[in-house]
Amino acid sequence: MNFRKITAASAAVLALAVTATACGSDDKDSGSSGGGDKVKVGIKFDQPGLGLKKPDGSYAGFDVDVAKYVAKELGYDEKNIEFKETPSADRENALQRGDVDYIVASYSITDERKAKVDFAGPYLLAHQDLLIRADDNIAKGADLNGKKLCSVTGSTSAQNVKKSIAPKAQLRKYGTYSECLDGLTSGAVDAVTTDDSILAGYASQDQYKGKVKLAGLKLSNENYGIGVKKGDTKMTDKINKALEKMASDGAWEKAVKDNFGPANYKNEPAPKIGNIVK
Amino acid sequence: MEAREIVFDFLEGYDVLAAFWVTVKLTLFSAIGSLVWGTLLAGMRVSPVPLMRGFGTFYVNTVRNIPLTVIIVFSSLGLADVFGMTLGASDDFDALSFRLSILGLSAYTAAFVCEALRSGINTVPMGQAEAARALGLSFTQVLRMIVLPQAFRAVIVPLANVLIALTKNTTVAAAIGVGEAALLMKEMIENEAATVLIAFIFALGFVVLTLPMGLILGWLGKRLAVKR
Amino acid sequence: MSSVLYDTPGPRAKQRNILYTVAFVVLLGLLLWWVYQQMDDAGQMAWAKWKPFTLSTTWTTYLLPGLGETLKAAALAMVISLPLGALFGIARLSDHRWVRVPAGVIVEFFRSIPVLLMMVFANQVYVQSTDLSSETRPLYAVVTGLVLYNASVLAEIVRAGILSLPKGQSEASHAIGLRKSQTMTSILLPQAVTVMLPAIVSQLVVIVKDTALGGAMLNFTDLLNARKTEAAFYANVIPSFVVVGLIYILLNLALTTFAGWLERRLRRSKRGTGTVLSAEDVEDLNSTDTGAVVGAGAGAGGPADDVGKR
Repeated sequence: MNFRKITAASAAVLALAVTATACGSDDKDSGSSGGGDKVKVGIKFDQPGLGLKKPDGSYAGFDVDVAKYVAKELGYDEKNIEFKETPSADRENALQRGDVDYIVASYSITDERKAKVDFAGPYLLAHQDLLIRADDNIAKGADLNGKKLCSVTGSTSAQNVKKSIAPKAQLRKYGTYSECLDGLTSGAVDAVTTDDSILAGYASQDQYKGKVKLAGLKLSNENYGIGVKKGDTKMTDKINKALEKMASDGAWEKAVKDNFGPANYKNEPAPKIGNIVK
Repeated sequence: MEAREIVFDFLEGYDVLAAFWVTVKLTLFSAIGSLVWGTLLAGMRVSPVPLMRGFGTFYVNTVRNIPLTVIIVFSSLGLADVFGMTLGASDDFDALSFRLSILGLSAYTAAFVCEALRSGINTVPMGQAEAARALGLSFTQVLRMIVLPQAFRAVIVPLANVLIALTKNTTVAAAIGVGEAALLMKEMIENEAATVLIAFIFALGFVVLTLPMGLILGWLGKRLAVKR
Repeated sequence: MSSVLYDTPGPRAKQRNILYTVAFVVLLGLLLWWVYQQMDDAGQMAWAKWKPFTLSTTWTTYLLPGLGETLKAAALAMVISLPLGALFGIARLSDHRWVRVPAGVIVEFFRSIPVLLMMVFANQVYVQSTDLSSETRPLYAVVTGLVLYNASVLAEIVRAGILSLPKGQSEASHAIGLRKSQTMTSILLPQAVTVMLPAIVSQLVVIVKDTALGGAMLNFTDLLNARKTEAAFYANVIPSFVVVGLIYILLNLALTTFAGWLERRLRRSKRGTGTVLSAEDVEDLNSTDTGAVVGAGAGAGGPADDVGKR
């Protein structure tokens, strides 16, 4: 055994350790550097039309537009917005521990969630709907019996259909809606179900334009709200004011057109603040 | 009795045993599938045809270096949707996911089975076969009477290790929503307060599944080992 | 060439082999053609679905940051589990029963549990009782799960590495009057490190592969998860899987090749004892069978895989 070799080996291990810890501490820095004049906003990164990370690293979608408008009204410059990914399962948690200041991520207002977080808005009234192939027709929910229905793991939309609308529908669950869309265009499934706003986002993507369409069923009401930390009424009020202004000055209408336009999506008018449609 | 009810009331509404039964079924079917496919691969890897050897090596090196998660998710997406593989379960998606995950697990585990078998064959010293040929035994006789009996014994322990690894790997099927132990644990742990206790129960379940395998097959392997 | 299974082929066997080769090529070709046709029919071969991977932004925005997270988790897991593994590995070799037995129980327990279970558990514990932000928590959970599992595997590697050294090493060191701890730290461990290096690099492959579990189940933003965001923008689910799969293969193949090179080099080296723990030993250690360290004591004899080497 040669001493030089041991030194070389331990140096390699040490180098690995140093780089790794360097990475680790980098991470911590970026984590704690928030706050101050920055605003941290939770959105989705993988939902076309609502919140999508673009190749240039910027974000696009209706939720993003709303988030930006609200941030501007709260007095933040656009470049001071720090977007963070908040997966559905993590939303309450992220708000409770203050990882984000508010969340605009197709976040339906429900009583169960209201026990944990506060909501501003609603800012959009969406409905559970179906996305089907362009040459298909599904006129009512019961037509789904015997058809193959796609949804994502952890979503309740599919269970709703199965429970009350079409008990004989077959449920296929994927990790993301993109995968459902692939199945829809290839014929592996007959319909994708979730909120019409999410579906419209996919239908507007270039890759799916003309191949799929919304069935136009209103299977449920989803009131999208902006999630705020429980008890932060000051923030809630400010966001509500911003949303009111957004609806009145035409920015809301424009954002809907920009993001859902190509899907032939018949949106509901801008909801009144605090008016939750059951 | 009362105390037990209080301690274990988080088990209510969850069928832990059924989830572990799915784990066992996944293990069993994938073990059979991977044994068949792995044997074929091993046959290719030791065959006199260079191209087959090349294919066997390529398969093993490729599959061993992809995360099982990627293979399982890809079987679900790629095989079912693009290749229309419904495996006789086109109307029942739960059964489809179950069967697809068996396919993925088998394809992955086969690479390890192949390597275990190959190393087993390689433990037989060249001299054994040479001596047998010198005695005038035919190819099939050499294989049947000299090589395979020795190779088979040497292969028990490595194969047992592959089986144990497979048992643990079945949890990856949770990634495509197969209702086996890991998926149930994730659901329970997120909804119930007794985090540590739930985790311990599931961990114990896997210990109970894998420990006997290791002990019994390890004992058998040692007993049958060819002393050299 | 010849092997234990067959002799050097004669003229008839050569002809037969050519026949087999042709049949195999035809079968393989048919399979590949069928795969291509099916992909084409499903529109998966469309250039629009593959073109994104020729754009640099696809890599810089989606895939490379994901790959970075994957590597970070793997490196952290390895660096943390190495000393832990050494500790438990040495503890299992202790002369004292009260050290040896508990260490053995802990190591065997964690080796027999799926790593996914540990990740899910760690994630939940962090949600309930720590102040980790929801951004960094998945990384911590993944690393914790990997450390718990791999420290126990590395413990076995360390143990096997020390056991693989010739007995004369410790005997000689006792003879010159070194104490047990001195024997371990200045004689056995330094040599064992060299013996173990290839096995440790091979274990890194296992770690890299297991990070993908966090991406699929815990929202860890690793390579697999980055694929999801990429596919949401370009709507190319299947192609993105193929590309990400290729990245994993190349990365792990590089590690495996490095481990193999290291192993050969160490085996050749005349200065060491000639014992090396190889990649194959690591595979056995990733299951639970107690004490089944095949080939660890193989000594200066080469690896077992000399089919057709003759």
